[in-house]
Amino acid sequence: MGLTFNTETFRGDFTFHNSPAAIRRFPFPFDRDDYMYSVNMEPHVPGPKGTVFEHNFDVDEHYLSEMRDRALVLAEDPLRCQSLPHMTLAGWDLLELIMESKARDYPDLFELHKNGNRWHWINRPMQIDQSFTFLDETTLPYGPMEYITRQAQGDFTLQDQRDDNLWIEAGMVTTQADWSLDFDIGMGFHEWHAPVPKAHELGVFDRALKFLLKLQHGAPVRRFNWTMTVDPLLDTSPENYPVWGPTRAMITPGNVGSRMHLRVELQTLHRLPRSNAIAFPIRCYLIRFDELVTIPKWGRRLHRVIRDLPVELATYKGFERNRATMVDYLARFDDGAPTSPGWMPDPE
Amino acid sequence: MSVGAPKIPVTVAEVTEVNDLIKRFRFVRRDGGPMPPFSGGAHVVVEMDDHGTRRMNPYSLMGDPADSTGYCISVRRDEAGRGGSLYMHHHVRPGMQMVLGAPVNLFALDARAREHLLIAGGIGITPFIAQMAQLEALGGRFELHYAARNRALGAYMPALRAAYGDRVHTYFDDERQLIDLPALLAGQPLGTHLYVCGPKGMIGWVRASAEAAGWPRATVHHEEFLAPPVGVPFTVDLAASGKVITVGASQSLLEAIEAAGVEAPYLCRGGACGQCETAVLACDGHIQHNDHWLTDDQKASGTRIMPCVSRFEGRTLVLDR
Ligand code: HEM
Ligand code: FES
Repeated sequence: MGLTFNTETFRGDFTFHNSPAAIRRFPFPFDRDDYMYSVNMEPHVPGPKGTVFEHNFDVDEHYLSEMRDRALVLAEDPLRCQSLPHMTLAGWDLLELIMESKARDYPDLFELHKNGNRWHWINRPMQIDQSFTFLDETTLPYGPMEYITRQAQGDFTLQDQRDDNLWIEAGMVTTQADWSLDFDIGMGFHEWHAPVPKAHELGVFDRALKFLLKLQHGAPVRRFNWTMTVDPLLDTSPENYPVWGPTRAMITPGNVGSRMHLRVELQTLHRLPRSNAIAFPIRCYLIRFDELVTIPKWGRRLHRVIRDLPVELATYKGFERNRATMVDYLARFDDGAPTSPGWMPDPE
Repeated sequence: MSVGAPKIPVTVAEVTEVNDLIKRFRFVRRDGGPMPPFSGGAHVVVEMDDHGTRRMNPYSLMGDPADSTGYCISVRRDEAGRGGSLYMHHHVRPGMQMVLGAPVNLFALDARAREHLLIAGGIGITPFIAQMAQLEALGGRFELHYAARNRALGAYMPALRAAYGDRVHTYFDDERQLIDLPALLAGQPLGTHLYVCGPKGMIGWVRASAEAAGWPRATVHHEEFLAPPVGVPFTVDLAASGKVITVGASQSLLEAIEAAGVEAPYLCRGGACGQCETAVLACDGHIQHNDHWLTDDQKASGTRIMPCVSRFEGRTLVLDR
């Protein structure tokens, strides 16, 4: 099954869209009608065919357009990609993880050939053919983390582990939900999570960190996070706030269906073998409200989740001011019928 | 949430007698594929079927982490121990099939260190051999101070000397050579990290000296796996699984739980990592806390136990497992 890549933009005229197939495979994050923070981690094992969990790193129809958008962000602001000097080995670990996974999972799109430390990488969609020496930075046009994450959808951070804590000390962050790598770099787990409401009191971060410190190579885990974004803008960073902040005041009953997007992050956590660091890929999926409600179960459930979400969470996620408009729109798709457990669409 | 990475089915490729006390074992994958990469300081748990008794002992990986063709460990024979090392010495032969756990690193190098000061005693050398290979490949600065009982027991000293020259310093107890720790600690450049692995007494001495010399806690690293001690048999009630088990004299509580078919988490099996921590629901008797994980207060409260190394004496012990 060949993959066709969309030609679309995440800025300006915002031509981003999901095909009907992309809508059906969208990682809808709610497996019930309400939501609260929890230590929601499960083994990142291959999921059913066609789902975003089928492979270690999902490649979808937005691949090429997302990579073009990343290059534009980096050209304007190189600090979106940073790696402290001691994190280079972790960058190599990440490069190996992504190259091996993609070559294994998408052999028609990617190839990796190894002869000792002489590696040959082929990325067909991006028309890249690169021979290099593994662990020798001088043989790549960028550092290893930057090199591979210019070719991989989603943001990536690398956490060093020491003193019973994780330290965010490298990353490629251009598709983030209102946080800044430049601000967070060097912080520990609780420190960079400080702005999150309620979760600290619930003990979520204490338990999550304790678990992550024991994460084993070869046993990655995944979790979801979600928020709301006006227009399909990947780069909702604090640095870019002047561009997207004001759009929150432009939502009306007439445009909420076409401008409001559910933004879902499929986050995975991988122990890296050579550096003992942890990689945290944050893969962002966007879906317009009017695309989402074509799946009846999701329309019903999103209405209930948004309606009943604690105000602290809606405020933190930045949509409290638009909540009433969103709920009114979604209510039209909620007939009050019970929803089935799990997040999968009901069979048609 | 499971932390279990897939286990590695291996064949014993080589068994080498290093000296009177130590044998080295090299394992390769049964399917001929590459071993997973690892970081210097990592250990694996070796599963043994000791004539019907399942033993699972942790050993540091001592090979070059860049070598994915096989894993090497060194095992020191412990005559007084529960039998894991004796089994490795007496029964493991080339060609045998065994199972290894995935590597886990509880003794990682701090990648920010300007210099790594490594202090080894006896068999404690093994994690450092892997770490030095990795540091050498990445251009890291290090210095090894390695003490052994005598020249005959100074495993790998000549090879390390040959590889790393005057960065390797050796000391022999029977020649009354002692590491001049105060001078060594005083002479280090800012940004040095200190690592110690060896007998309990040495670890205590190095850590106390570093503290006295004002080294920040976060710059002093140690690895000390405890061997589960031999003891008196005792009975335990596993409330969650509804089983009553007896822990044999040379069996650990964790091994007895596993033998009863109850799944229990672990990583180090040596009282260091915290992974096996289990809630105590009732206790009429005395828990022998042998771990490095629980705080003194937690130990005194009697509400938690580390089944990989700790034992019990008394009437009833009920665990949430
Ligand atoms: C180790 C890798 C991780 C990194 C680098 C990371 C990073 C972040 C960042 C930068 C934020 C935004 C904070 C802000 O407002 O400035 C955030 C939010 C959050 N994180 Fe993490 N995180 C990690 C792992 C986890 C894990 C394992 C959990 C599990 C429970 C978690 C739970 C959360 C929650 C609940 C939020 C609030 C999100 C929202 O409501 O939109 N994080 N994280
Ligand atoms: S398994 Fe590590 S402390 Fe028990």
